[in-house]
Amino acid sequence: MSNKMPHNTNLKTGFLYLLCGALFGAGLSLSGMTDQNKVLGFLDLFGSWNPSLIFVMAGGISVTFIGYKIIFKRSSPLWADAFMLPTSKLIDKNLVLGALLFGIGWGLYGYCPGPAIASLAYLHWETFLFVAAMIIGMFLQSKQAAYTENKALNPL
Amino acid sequence: MLDVFSDNSALLGGAIIGLSACFMMLFYGRITGISGIIWNVIQTPKKHFSSSGFFLCGIILGALCVTYISGAEISPIQSNAFTIILAGLLVGYGTKLGSGCTSGHGICGISRFSTRSIVATVLFMLSGITTVYVMRHLV
Repeated sequence: MSNKMPHNTNLKTGFLYLLCGALFGAGLSLSGMTDQNKVLGFLDLFGSWNPSLIFVMAGGISVTFIGYKIIFKRSSPLWADAFMLPTSKLIDKNLVLGALLFGIGWGLYGYCPGPAIASLAYLHWETFLFVAAMIIGMFLQSKQAAYTENKALNPL
Repeated sequence: MLDVFSDNSALLGGAIIGLSACFMMLFYGRITGISGIIWNVIQTPKKHFSSSGFFLCGIILGALCVTYISGAEISPIQSNAFTIILAGLLVGYGTKLGSGCTSGHGICGISRFSTRSIVATVLFMLSGITTVYVMRHLV
């Protein structure tokens, strides 16, 4: 994406991404998403359920829903040529299996990707281990996808 | 179990996350999905520092600021290295395979009524709830 942009926007882009990231991280931290006890308490529907994280989704979705509605009235974004939205409507095996596996990992340790990155700020080795394993997991999936695709193209 | 302070800061925190997602859409026309942003950073050639890298640094910075102001130190839960690694692998593999996580599907996708995202969110919630049930009440 940055290749398409004129060089003079790079500083602006970097700054805006940093700012949006900072908002995101502040929101995660403030909302309690980086507190694994809260997250696991939220998922513990049949135990001592802690409903507070419902409000994170409620706050996030309502602001995003209204914001997107207003933004999509424009024909294009401010600093890019076009809106880049996923177009697939397919409920396929990958989506289902991926979501289920992700949920297991989330329930095991209480981190999803955003809060895991945010929690790196607290400098605990466990978080670094988790993030490293998460990146390796992404790599494995990408390698496996490339292998499967290659095998489909060149069956022996 | 309702805790007014905790619920209000959860609502405010969620709204701030939504604001960040709106800015990303308004300026760049992009969905704010953290698993995708992480993958973007990994794929970026070495000598470049991608805009996604700025976003991840921002996340850490933002969390640091809130923790500094609130003074609330958060420690990770007690767990063994095996569980942490397994959980990390599953989160990484699953979000890559399912094209999104709590932010991309859960916040941005649901906000634009994407059927895929609604299905994914219901599924990872159900599987998370089931996992916690098994770990806390069966094992």
